[in-house]
Amino acid sequence: MNASSTNTVSEAPARRRPGLFRTAWRFGRTKVGVVLTGLIVLIAVVGPFIAPYTPTEFVARPFEADAAGAMFGGDNRGRDVLTRFLWGGWTLLLLAGAAAGIGVAAGTVVGIVAGYRRGWVDDVLMRTNDVLLAFPQLIAALLVMSIIGPKVWLIVAVIAVSHMPRVARVIREATRKVIEQDYVKAAEAIGLPRWRIMVVEILPNVTSPLLVELGLRLTYSIGVVAVLGFLGMGLQPPTADWGLMINENRQGMAVQPWAVALPVTAIAILTVGANLITDGLSRAAIGIDRGVEK
Amino acid sequence: MTEQTEKNTGPETRNGVVLEVDGITVIGRPSDVEIISDVSLTVNRGEILGLVGESGSGKTTLGLSLLAHLKRATEIVRGRVRVGEHDLAALSERQVRRLRGRAVAYIPQSPASALNPALRLGVQLSEALHDASLGRDQVMERVREVLREVALPDDDAFLRRYPHQLSGGQQQRVAIAMAFVGRPDLIVMDEPTTGLDVTTQAHVLETIRSMTRDYGTAGVYISHDMAVVADLADDVAVMYRGELVEHGRTTEVLSDPRHEYTRRLLMAVPLLRTSGHEEPEARTDEPLLRIGDLSAGYGRTRVLEGIDLSVSAGECVALLGESGSGKTTLSRSVAGLHHQFSGEMLFDGSPLATSSYRRTADQRRRIQYVFQNPYEALNPRKRVREQILGPYRHLVGRPDSPDRVVAEALERAALPASYADRFPEQLSGGERQRVCIARAVATRPDLLVCDEITSALDVSVQAEIVKLLRSLQDEGMALLFVTHNIALVSNIADRVAILNKGEIVEYGPVGTVMSSPEHEYTRALIADTPDFELSFPGAPERLGMDAESDEVREV
Repeated sequence: MNASSTNTVSEAPARRRPGLFRTAWRFGRTKVGVVLTGLIVLIAVVGPFIAPYTPTEFVARPFEADAAGAMFGGDNRGRDVLTRFLWGGWTLLLLAGAAAGIGVAAGTVVGIVAGYRRGWVDDVLMRTNDVLLAFPQLIAALLVMSIIGPKVWLIVAVIAVSHMPRVARVIREATRKVIEQDYVKAAEAIGLPRWRIMVVEILPNVTSPLLVELGLRLTYSIGVVAVLGFLGMGLQPPTADWGLMINENRQGMAVQPWAVALPVTAIAILTVGANLITDGLSRAAIGIDRGVEK
Repeated sequence: MTEQTEKNTGPETRNGVVLEVDGITVIGRPSDVEIISDVSLTVNRGEILGLVGESGSGKTTLGLSLLAHLKRATEIVRGRVRVGEHDLAALSERQVRRLRGRAVAYIPQSPASALNPALRLGVQLSEALHDASLGRDQVMERVREVLREVALPDDDAFLRRYPHQLSGGQQQRVAIAMAFVGRPDLIVMDEPTTGLDVTTQAHVLETIRSMTRDYGTAGVYISHDMAVVADLADDVAVMYRGELVEHGRTTEVLSDPRHEYTRRLLMAVPLLRTSGHEEPEARTDEPLLRIGDLSAGYGRTRVLEGIDLSVSAGECVALLGESGSGKTTLSRSVAGLHHQFSGEMLFDGSPLATSSYRRTADQRRRIQYVFQNPYEALNPRKRVREQILGPYRHLVGRPDSPDRVVAEALERAALPASYADRFPEQLSGGERQRVCIARAVATRPDLLVCDEITSALDVSVQAEIVKLLRSLQDEGMALLFVTHNIALVSNIADRVAILNKGEIVEYGPVGTVMSSPEHEYTRALIADTPDFELSFPGAPERLGMDAESDEVREV
């Protein structure tokens, strides 16, 4: 918590119970998830630096499977599939990460405020949430995109807004459990400002569901961003993007399967990996909340 | 209450050993730590064994293993449990299940959670009998019979009720009826009266005693309350860190405890003092806290009506009442946590606002509140140091030397300064409550409101906390001590207000109230509180018999 106390690893007789991350790490699934996710993130981040060509360079004939100098052949325009694959990941990760991050942050604020203040604040916030929840995530995104046009910030904003009410519901429930605890009342008894109670007393105690939500929302974001790209409502050509790649190259799938297989596999592995981590975290969180060892 | 002579009855009960436990050892997985090690005991037909020990001593694990039921990740590795002619430890899960309810039965601590809220009482009770050889009429006949025996109505209207339509005492009696309905040989009771008020507890204990005797059932009564066990049990077994340190007839254990731990446990139980109180000197000065004609409630429900109370500086005023009497509402109103009250509340001459947020910083600093449950009162994500410094910074200001503030507060709560770096989960229940007290006294308050602060703790820890409160009081702090424990009140308070159904029925110096109670409710409370005398050498040092130690304290 502060520098002076964290480095005193004194001869404390009672060891601290392992936290959420360490408990989650004990599950095999979490390890597998971290390895899978790590692999894809590595490709996405390092990819642009090790790519043999630039993503818009023509190196082969369209859908040429065994072109010289291109390991996975050429795509629909004759650009190098491997290069475009290596370049196409980070946009997806960035968009998905930003959307999930903003959505979860907004949902947490709304959830804690609604859960703690109750009364009309709670009613207004949660009924607004219900209205937002009524829109199906993907349809809402497509609708907004087709009205305003596919812009990067809009993709992030629409996905974040669609996450917000879902996160807010979970965090509100967690908050209501925490505010029943006496330490919140103790803070009220000494007149600690409400916002400080929310930040200092409540927020640190809802981190378990928060992390689980973050993982879950990240997985959904990846899916939505990829689908938007596939439907042409995401990033626009000639950007190298996994979702877009699948769309552009699906006509030539029979002659040049790599151009579709590579991005599909990467997205699948990423989603499975992120899901495994989330699953591990939520299992650990259940154990911690119940106080169950093992 | 107990007829000591009744216990030595005829030879056939003396020899009728129903429960025989031989060297049972239970370990926890995966650490392989022995939760209970090598425990042997016997219980005779129609007798009750009181199994006492502190939380974590393994008494509940032992109680459950008598039913061959084990909590998650625990395992019986050695020993035998013989009930009647069955060796439970050797049977398969299915065979044991068939015996449960008939050979062995269990009464849990909280009847509210033991009864299925979605089922009518008749269904639950006939389910508990689960005997396929009986016809429907016979089953209902048996259910009605057992309901009569636990002094509950047996008409159809009652059988059609749901658990939530009963009071706590009635629910517990239904749980007892459920346990006895199959005429088991052994009944294990896990603190069945903990959540009940003393009058109800007295009735429930009476029911348990007569039922075990009439049915010839062997009872094992698990409890941390020595007074109840002394009252109820024929034999006493004392558990300490998973081992049985003492086992014998109740009278012998009380008069001549062999083990040091038993001695400590007995001494920690506060004695109900009804005489020998000093008369507090009459105070004429303006009291620190004065409550006049206060009424409070939730929405349209009135909880408190016409409360008059005052606390002077350096005085301990106890607020005694059962659950639902409104004592917590009153104490929370004083702390500014309950807002719906009207009437006069003066602190040091100036009125207190209903909400803590509308009180002055100085008022908030001078009134501090200690909560009932130390497991919920500390933020699990903050170190002790932060728990103490947070309120201090907010109420007093940024300290010049934070380390000194923390060390001083911990010292006043009798904790070493090295505890500052710990998280709440690294502390025991008693230590947590001390941290709560340290947090409260760090800001140097004048009035400490203690809401049942010992009820979640073991008796030995309770005795230490009471000592700590006394020393704080000697330093000049006023205490408003809220509790349901009349024995504790008789030992700590200067004056006592007895709260019943939202009204103060008796209010005066503790000596007067204890020795000559005027209200019948007070008299019933004193009469129903289980109590026992100790006669072994050294016993006078027990809490409550401290006429001498009073002088020691003043030195």
